[in-house]
Amino acid sequence: MTTLATDSPGAATPPPPRDAAVPAIEARDVHVRLGASPVLRGVDLTVRRGEVVALLGANGSGKSTLVRTLVGVLPTTAGSVHLFGHALGDDVPWSRVGYVPQRVSAAAGVPSTAAEVVASGLLHGRRLRLPRGWRAQVHEALELVGLADRARYATHQLSGGQQQRVLIARALVRKPELLVLDEPVAGVDRPSQEAFAATMTRLVADGMTVLVVLHELGELAPLVQRCVVLRHGRVVHDGAPPTPQPGHGGEAHDHVHPHAHPRTVQHPENVRLAEGPFDRPDDTEDEVAP
Amino acid sequence: MSGLWEMITDPFMQRALVAALLVGVSAPVVGTYLVQKRLALLGDGIGHVALTGVALGWLVGAAMGLVPDDVLAVPGAVVAAVAGSVLIEVVRRRGRTSGDLALAILFYGGIAGGVLLIGLAGGSSGSLMAYLFGSISSVTLSDVWVTVALCGLILLIGLGLRAALFSVSHDEEFAQSSGLPVWALNMAVAVLAALTVTVAMRVVGLLLVSALMIVPVAIGQLVTRSFRRTMLVASVVGVAVCVTGLSITYWHNVSPGALIVVLAIGVYAVVAALHPVLARRQAPVDPHPDIPDDVAVSPAGAGRAAPQEECTP
Repeated sequence: MTTLATDSPGAATPPPPRDAAVPAIEARDVHVRLGASPVLRGVDLTVRRGEVVALLGANGSGKSTLVRTLVGVLPTTAGSVHLFGHALGDDVPWSRVGYVPQRVSAAAGVPSTAAEVVASGLLHGRRLRLPRGWRAQVHEALELVGLADRARYATHQLSGGQQQRVLIARALVRKPELLVLDEPVAGVDRPSQEAFAATMTRLVADGMTVLVVLHELGELAPLVQRCVVLRHGRVVHDGAPPTPQPGHGGEAHDHVHPHAHPRTVQHPENVRLAEGPFDRPDDTEDEVAP
Repeated sequence: MSGLWEMITDPFMQRALVAALLVGVSAPVVGTYLVQKRLALLGDGIGHVALTGVALGWLVGAAMGLVPDDVLAVPGAVVAAVAGSVLIEVVRRRGRTSGDLALAILFYGGIAGGVLLIGLAGGSSGSLMAYLFGSISSVTLSDVWVTVALCGLILLIGLGLRAALFSVSHDEEFAQSSGLPVWALNMAVAVLAALTVTVAMRVVGLLLVSALMIVPVAIGQLVTRSFRRTMLVASVVGVAVCVTGLSITYWHNVSPGALIVVLAIGVYAVVAALHPVLARRQAPVDPHPDIPDDVAVSPAGAGRAAPQEECTP
């Protein structure tokens, strides 16, 4: 198993991956139906080793569906997906893939600590039990996202942004070579956004391959090497970051997320995204544990 | 004191106490996964289906002329409960019918099937009472061994695969993206629930079986922050109420199953009532001290409406 030296940011050069010529992600003519509606209609996507690719597109363009298909959560109706040269299924080296789903704000039925959630990231493929020394690995992953001191907090006691960072730590704990993130900064508080950008910068410097769904490049703009834009389930752009439609790219544009802060959705005109205290839709207030 | 010694040396009570102890430990372990999967009512659904199994075992036993004629009741319950839980899992997976609708249909089908079949077997609905509400005082030595074996299996899987079962119960999508055998793990939880229902049937009865899986977990999650501790507290509470409830019935003639469940709910009520008091005694800490304040508010009262005004462009 090849692992990256994500724990040593100062390391000179990361060891070259064994099969460096094989793309991390190779999707060919992927079609996905959810219920009766075709969500993806013939998507081709290749992500080579060490690339940082942003997946952009309007709401409903199929971004989330695509990444969920790529990591094997949703079945394809047609087409093929290969991760590290292996068709989706038991052959995929799952320990080399880390997935960060969109944050679900609803707390689970039973409280669980940040450390417990992160530890579940150590299980993959046929590994059903925690390896020896898992505590140290969990601590290391939480440290990477700046939450080492919150290991024993229940996840519902953490802010939305901190919860998101726990999910990132859960993906990082197995030291993956490919990180797939679905809107990691949507509705996330500022310190968490900054911590996230810092973490990503370090990981990319160490050679991490990244596919990230974004609404706007934001703090990640310096890292992103290629942008893929989806529209109505098809790739309409694959290359340099595109110019946003008038009124859609600026700081003042308010994106409406299905899971955004309720106030943002109901009264978008109430939130002006400009410099100053209100520069981000902030969800710090709905996440304080009762 | 001599009364207590008398109880402990009574062979009937010894067998009953062993069964209660084992069920008290294992039921909350499985219940923790069910609560986390938001399937708290699954145990009830399986319990109802197990009733059909009891009646079916009875019918087969009577047809074969076995003595006593309910010797196949427990094996019948095991088979029906496992089949029912697998069916629920399949229906849930297909997503054709919503989970609670599927459960509801199982509830009705299980009870109706049981009553219908027991009539065919030559018994009356009264014969089902021992299974519906428990009959721990009549536990035989072979019953104890079956309980030991099944509880051992439940604890072995429930604790041994805790990390994997946690992963799949906590975030099924992430478990899937990790290449875990999600289907098999979900099935494992369902089958564990079915086995728990059949072993707990003797102690509290099929109608109350789910309470023993769920109420201790409800207590556990009030007082802890972690999954592991919730499971631990739930098991301790499970053992405590089972053994206490059973012991009380040695001196007072009440239904052990009902008493155990009432005790558990009593503990929940007390803990829930004390919870705000206990929580308040902890120092009121700022949950997010590292998050900078977003708006400047004027001190007390005057600033009530201010944030909204500042929001408007």
